[in-house]
Amino acid sequence: MKGPSLLRTVRLGVSSLLLHKLRSLLTMLGVLFGVFAVIAMLAIGEGGRVEAIERIRGLGTQNVLARSVKPREDFATGQQAVRVINYGLTEEDLARIEQTFPCVQRVVPVREIYEEVRCGERAMNPRVVATLPNYLDVTGRKIAEGRFLADEDERRVANVCVLDYDVARHLFPFASPLGKEVKIGGDYYTVVGTVLTRLRQKDDPAPAGQGTAEVFIPLETGRKWYGSMQVKLRAGSREMEEVELHELIVEVAELDNVMFVADAVREMLERNHPQTDFEVRVPLEMMREVEAQGRLWSFVLGAIAVISLVVGGIGITNVMLATVTERTREIGIRRALGAKRKHIVTQFLVETVTLCIGGGLVGVAAGLLSPWILELVLEKRAIVTPGSSFLAFGISVVIGIFAGMYPAWSAARMDPVEALRHE
Amino acid sequence: MSSVSPGTRPPVAELERVTRTYRMGTNEVHALDELSFSFGRGEYWAVMGSSGSGKSTLLNLLGCLDRPSSGSYRIDGVDVSTLDDDQLSELRSQRLGFVFQSYNLIAQLNVLENILVPLFYQDEPPLEAEERARGLAERVGLGNRLEHRPPELSGGQQQRVAIARALVNQPALILADEATGNLDSHTALEILALFDELHAEGKTILMVTHEPDVAARAQHVLRLKDGRVETVVRDQNPAPAAAAASSR
Repeated sequence: MKGPSLLRTVRLGVSSLLLHKLRSLLTMLGVLFGVFAVIAMLAIGEGGRVEAIERIRGLGTQNVLARSVKPREDFATGQQAVRVINYGLTEEDLARIEQTFPCVQRVVPVREIYEEVRCGERAMNPRVVATLPNYLDVTGRKIAEGRFLADEDERRVANVCVLDYDVARHLFPFASPLGKEVKIGGDYYTVVGTVLTRLRQKDDPAPAGQGTAEVFIPLETGRKWYGSMQVKLRAGSREMEEVELHELIVEVAELDNVMFVADAVREMLERNHPQTDFEVRVPLEMMREVEAQGRLWSFVLGAIAVISLVVGGIGITNVMLATVTERTREIGIRRALGAKRKHIVTQFLVETVTLCIGGGLVGVAAGLLSPWILELVLEKRAIVTPGSSFLAFGISVVIGIFAGMYPAWSAARMDPVEALRHE
Repeated sequence: MSSVSPGTRPPVAELERVTRTYRMGTNEVHALDELSFSFGRGEYWAVMGSSGSGKSTLLNLLGCLDRPSSGSYRIDGVDVSTLDDDQLSELRSQRLGFVFQSYNLIAQLNVLENILVPLFYQDEPPLEAEERARGLAERVGLGNRLEHRPPELSGGQQQRVAIARALVNQPALILADEATGNLDSHTALEILALFDELHAEGKTILMVTHEPDVAARAQHVLRLKDGRVETVVRDQNPAPAAAAASSR
């Protein structure tokens, strides 16, 4: 064994710190809050990122979404009370995309029907989606009860529907909706299943205030009963819209080809739609953006928190300098009895680092509880990653060493004779 | 032991034309002025002199807390003037024992831990360090107070702990700086008796004091003035061991 063992030095340091309990506690608080802030900030960043990614994943990372968009009305005069606007994606586009790209696995068409859904006295305005059975696989939605639409329904042009969980709960608060009937516009549909509700997206196609509630019916059934002409009521006027397909979900076989397919689809549609009555969205691209943004946010939040930790470190330096002055006599005694400079440095460094580790550990514990606190106060999702805890703790130890270095060195530098004479 | 004629004992500490200069503003003050002296092994010296005579400076030099401005100082045959800070520290932890006027115990350590401090800083502390410290605590009459902290002890008890601490590293030289200065006369006598015992055991002791009756207990007296030797009185007490016995 060389020199005083670290264990004994640590025990000595702790007993010195315990001589000034309040002072040590207050010093530790600086580190504690710093570590807590680092962990909490990174948890907020991580929570936001994961939430955004989950939302986007709900759109399908391997999908390219082409949506019909009403073109600008610069040519419309607004004098007519009733007008017909014809725009959007067509069956032709669907067939063209399917035939052109070998790396496209499936293309699922979506039609939206603006009708009220009723069951007895209860009514709501969900997004009524007429689509193919493939929709479930392509979007990765989960069945809650019963089944989704089937090929059989399509062939028979059956009056069946699938409700999402929100609609089911609203229309059938007390019983399972399976086998019951709902009225969509003027027709009755038998409920064959329910699916889990989609997470809300920022640029959600569903009108605001209606949530993300959805009802699914077979594509053919929708076409048969509602045609492609739909009436939208607007303030003071009625608007007739003729849209063949509202959305095409293009599923790409390989993740690597997603961006390429998106560009190609956009180009192809531009050629056939001079009016630009569509938009192409790529969830994967959105996800990458969100990830890059998330990293930036985590960095900014983390940096702010690290600054607070540094401030805590400066507090420690301050307190340790005062401690060193106060203990000048003790330093002189130890030096006279044979302590080398490095022993004095070690003694004070150990005290500082012990403070930091103590504060750091409590800070990590508080940080681990931070998601619970943040969700309660901010109603924000926060996720603590093990990495952030280690990072915060590591930084606190490093700061402890840096904060203690100058006071420890100034203690070791003292002239033993002068130090012994100090009152 | 005292029958051996002076100068024949091998010296523990040897000063050769030692000068220590302090700079006070523009003036240079010679605290020690070409002082040459040697302290033999097993001797008990009292160092006297008025304030400013250089006795504190001498003590700091002998204790390896300071280095001479010029001249050489050898302790136990080791020339101090060439050593760096770490080597001086090592020398202190291995060959020197200090007893201070104000005891200078460390407040957050208990009696046993205080006694152990010099060994704490040795590169290879003896394995039986703790037994040795317990033995010394027993020896100075504090065997039953090992767990007490200095503020819970009387002045005399604290000084006993300090003496035990000065002995724990089996030093070549024990340096005492007004060791009885803060004590009442009765306690002071007890402490002096303890020093007499140590002397009788063959320890080399150097006691700085300005009290004549304390100096009178020592074997030899060195009187300094203006950084030089004024007088030296050798063998003022023919039988120090007997004196120690009678003072009990």
